[in-house]
Amino acid sequence: MSQTHRLTGGQIDSSRVLNFTFDGRAFQGHPGDTLASALMANGVRLMGRSFKYHRPRGVLSAGSEEPNALVELRGGARQEPNTRATVAELFEGLSARSQNRWPSLAFDAMAINDRFSNFLTAGFYYKTFMWPAAFWEKLYEPIIRRAAGLGSISLQDDPDGYDKGFLHCDLLIIGAGPAGLAAALTAGRAGAQVILADEDFAPGGRLNAETLTLGDATGAEWAAATLAELSGLPNVRLMTRTTVIGAFDHGIYGAVERVSDHLATPAAGQPRQILWRIYSRRALLCAGAIERPIAFENNDRPGVMLAGAMRAYANRWAATPAHKVAVFTNNDDGHKTAVDLLAKGVQVAAVIDTRKDAPRIADCELLAGAEVTDTRGRLGLKFVSVRLADGSERMLECGALGVSGGWNPNVHLTCHQRGRPVWNDQISAFVPGKDTPPGLTVAGAATGAFSTAAALSGGSKAAAAALCDIGIKARAIPMPRAEDAPVSLMPFWYVPGGKGRAWLDQQNDVTVKDVKLAHQENFRSVEHLKRYTTLGMATDQGKTSNMGGLAIMAELAGKTIPQVGTTIFRPPYTPVAMGALAGRAVGRDFHPTRLTPSHKWASEQGAVFVEVGNWLRAQWFPRPGETHWRQSVDREVLATRKSVGICDVTTLGKIDVQGTDAAEFLNKVYANGFAKLPVGKTRYGLMLREDGMAMDDGTTARLAEHHFVMTTTTANAVSVYRHLEFVRQCLWPDLDVQLISTTEAWAQYAVAGPNSRALLQKVVDPQFDISNEAFPFMACAEITVCGGLRARLFRISFSGELAFEIAVPTRYGDAMIRRLMQVGAAYDVVPYGTEALGVMRIEKGHAAGNELNGTTTALNLGMGRMVSKKKDSIGSVLSEREGLNAPDALMQVGLRPVDETQPITAGGHLMRRGDAANAANDQGYVTSVAYSPCLGHSIGLGFLKGGGDRQGEIMQLVSPVTGTNVEVEIVSPHFIDPEGERLRA
Amino acid sequence: MHDLIATTALGEAGPRADRFEGLSIAENPDFALVSVAARLDRQEGLSAAMKKAFGLALPDVGLSRAKGALSAFWTGPDQWMIEAPHDSHEDLAAQLGAALGENASVVEQNDGWVRFDIEGPRASDMFERLCPLDTRRMQPDAVSRTSIEHLGCFVLRRDAGEAFSVLGPRSSAGSLHHALCTAARSAL
Repeated sequence: MSQTHRLTGGQIDSSRVLNFTFDGRAFQGHPGDTLASALMANGVRLMGRSFKYHRPRGVLSAGSEEPNALVELRGGARQEPNTRATVAELFEGLSARSQNRWPSLAFDAMAINDRFSNFLTAGFYYKTFMWPAAFWEKLYEPIIRRAAGLGSISLQDDPDGYDKGFLHCDLLIIGAGPAGLAAALTAGRAGAQVILADEDFAPGGRLNAETLTLGDATGAEWAAATLAELSGLPNVRLMTRTTVIGAFDHGIYGAVERVSDHLATPAAGQPRQILWRIYSRRALLCAGAIERPIAFENNDRPGVMLAGAMRAYANRWAATPAHKVAVFTNNDDGHKTAVDLLAKGVQVAAVIDTRKDAPRIADCELLAGAEVTDTRGRLGLKFVSVRLADGSERMLECGALGVSGGWNPNVHLTCHQRGRPVWNDQISAFVPGKDTPPGLTVAGAATGAFSTAAALSGGSKAAAAALCDIGIKARAIPMPRAEDAPVSLMPFWYVPGGKGRAWLDQQNDVTVKDVKLAHQENFRSVEHLKRYTTLGMATDQGKTSNMGGLAIMAELAGKTIPQVGTTIFRPPYTPVAMGALAGRAVGRDFHPTRLTPSHKWASEQGAVFVEVGNWLRAQWFPRPGETHWRQSVDREVLATRKSVGICDVTTLGKIDVQGTDAAEFLNKVYANGFAKLPVGKTRYGLMLREDGMAMDDGTTARLAEHHFVMTTTTANAVSVYRHLEFVRQCLWPDLDVQLISTTEAWAQYAVAGPNSRALLQKVVDPQFDISNEAFPFMACAEITVCGGLRARLFRISFSGELAFEIAVPTRYGDAMIRRLMQVGAAYDVVPYGTEALGVMRIEKGHAAGNELNGTTTALNLGMGRMVSKKKDSIGSVLSEREGLNAPDALMQVGLRPVDETQPITAGGHLMRRGDAANAANDQGYVTSVAYSPCLGHSIGLGFLKGGGDRQGEIMQLVSPVTGTNVEVEIVSPHFIDPEGERLRA
Repeated sequence: MHDLIATTALGEAGPRADRFEGLSIAENPDFALVSVAARLDRQEGLSAAMKKAFGLALPDVGLSRAKGALSAFWTGPDQWMIEAPHDSHEDLAAQLGAALGENASVVEQNDGWVRFDIEGPRASDMFERLCPLDTRRMQPDAVSRTSIEHLGCFVLRRDAGEAFSVLGPRSSAGSLHHALCTAARSAL
């Protein structure tokens, strides 16, 4: 029984067969088919179960507005839920499954919901699951989610890539129906840069779906010829399978191109989809119109569909939902369906027209002034009940019913910047208002001009006008002769009477009764109606359902439809896969990675890396036999303090500051003085925010009278640079100062430990004296190394040891670390990572990010006296605020456990001995902890109220989170070498 | 002469080259780069000194200009980058510093950047997957700052053909290279 409902003709390649499955059953279709058309050709009407009541549903439309036929495609990691069968292009091997049914589509146990529909009306969530609140998350929500669902996801990583891209054009034309094609031809011939985007894989819009003629050609032939000309124009970019999803500011449009959705797997290296950002000078919306249904009892039975869709399936895809059909319409256009299906050899039981004076157009029975009141048929339409003009009832046997309540211009994108459509009485529909997004005009059926002739000439004229507007010469071009029938329609929204349910929004299962209930319960504003009933809140945004709801609300409120107004369409026009939004920013590519100059060497040493911002830094360097990180870190600390260690510190921000006012500039950005720093010296600097809080710290070296090099913390390198540019450009533009980052231009290594000088003397060229006398603590110089390579040397120390930092041009960084390690072998040099760096700075009591946490002041950090009163600097005034200078202000202290076997816990809080551990008794908190291999016990840094005077006090360190409560002694934060003898050695 | 051996930004001994249909992406390590920013109210002095010492007229907003081995491109108000072959001009910063004196702040940028030369008729097909620049409409001497995969980069159009250079932060050379090649594979 292959393709029992396939007709002749159509735009499918019937010489080739595509095999596919639906719910495990094998079917065949042809290239050019959608999943919906192929299923239809195989006699399948039932395609899914509805969201809430699990009602059997079939296909309603033939386009992206489809609310019903949502299926799950593919398997494995590519499993993809909630795909509209009407736009899923058929390919060989496609596997599709219906969703939201159990155990099968034909017998769905959850259809019991349908029996309880009296309880599940509008607002049932709000009414039913109010109490008790605690039940919501654990009980109600999981049950509801299981029962009322859509498809399921694979829970595996998406194996495909998604691109993002950027395009530019003079004119973006959205939609390639008759209006869009005419516009593209006009603009293309005028030489403008044109992008023509269409969501279909076969551009042409209704030209492919209707039997109309353009001049001597069929609509499809004219479309094909026009596309052929357009594809030969280098200035026209034709984008099929591309949905323009949103109109954003300044002529920017979002579009999703489905590059590989029609393939089983993307070609090698090819993306699945591309999210384009299109920069347009002008845009023309040629999105056509969407047919609207008429609501009547059981109008959701599979087989009931839009009339225009029914003839689209017959004309374009040579498929019919049934061998005998009927049409229910309130306008002339609906009759075309009967004409076209008759021409294809399909029986038409009757055309039921609500108008008493309905014209006879098709060669079949016409029931004028009649209404469809109900339908019958389990899992698919078998009969429709018709109330004739004289009030009598009649049953018509038919397997499908095409319904037309008229057409709505597709105004979606005109509303994305809060444009409000206006009512047009001629067609009883909303048309675009004047407040479309700037630069966007509309042509064709999207304006309410529904004839083919009007679409062609309107598209051409609108394109020419848009181009003239931006100074490109263009004129409308002659278009072939085409039908120009006026719209003839009598507004009719729903069939009154009856006890059953008449469906408006089939995706969210909203009925006419729900709208009436909302009105009765006083949810009468159109926005309240939407949210209370969920009408139009599904992924189709109510493209086929909103108007029905508005009409009923208008009737109940005794208003006109324009008085009721509309809700607003928002981007995206159709659902967008999360993958397309993520693009390439997935997994390790989520952000760029920064590598240090010694990275390759460190990898060879087996270093364990840690992410610090975007940087990868060596955390420690395990040696054979070391099984715990602490073993490696303790060894690195002890070896450095004993002899010498090397650490890559390239990641610290380096900012080159030059200009005749450079010193004054630094005086303003640093709390402490820099103006008098001698050339050849380095100074520690503390930078405050405007509000007086500590922002960042680092050292700044004066290489020349008007030349400084500032270092920042790794984490704040970018934000400090931005701050400095703000200060330079906005606060003091009269200062002569120039800034540029040189962070990655120099490979910088800390060489620390008693033998650091001896080691460096082996690479520093002999003419540079780095003895303690010639190159004392805090000295800096531009030198050469290894026989003439320019380098910078700073005698600064974060570890508390005699230490230097040496910088060479980055391209020599790899060679330099290898050389330093090689010449250091004589001193048992070790490389050390960020963990050992942290241990040593805590032992020395140096503040780092944990202490400079945005809530601390210079006073808190024990550096209150560094804030110079002799000059004005950013933050100095507000640092004097009373509240920041209370006698019991937090002060940085050191902590040691009374019982040295006990660890100190970061994040713990300090309480007086004997006090209850609660917030009221809080005396301070711990910021940094480490095990000090030099002292043989845990140590910590923290902030304590009035901490400067509390050394020797025993306190309890409490962390209710970890259950910690240990006694600690308040000590100096300088655990090692408090007098600084080592670093001055 | 020192005895340290340079590595490329990608951490290798020699530059990386990748070929695609209609496009090549080649790392070019042979460039010296120096930033030149006019001191306050010294723009004219800087232009004159540059012209006198190197015969190079500093280009206007969004442009680059070459003279002999040197070329300059605009990077911001009263700021330029000066480019020259590295192996012959490793000391470019020192040369410029001496020639420009108090007219400008001069900073060596040789190793702050990685440079990829991109050439071929499909170059713009790759760029449109990377950055919002309209490379098809860029003039032959145009230069622009743009963001490629979150990295602040310069894109320079080298000549009337389809030759571009991308200058990006050196520490992220690997990520930038990955982004360029991924886009090229995807687009071509």
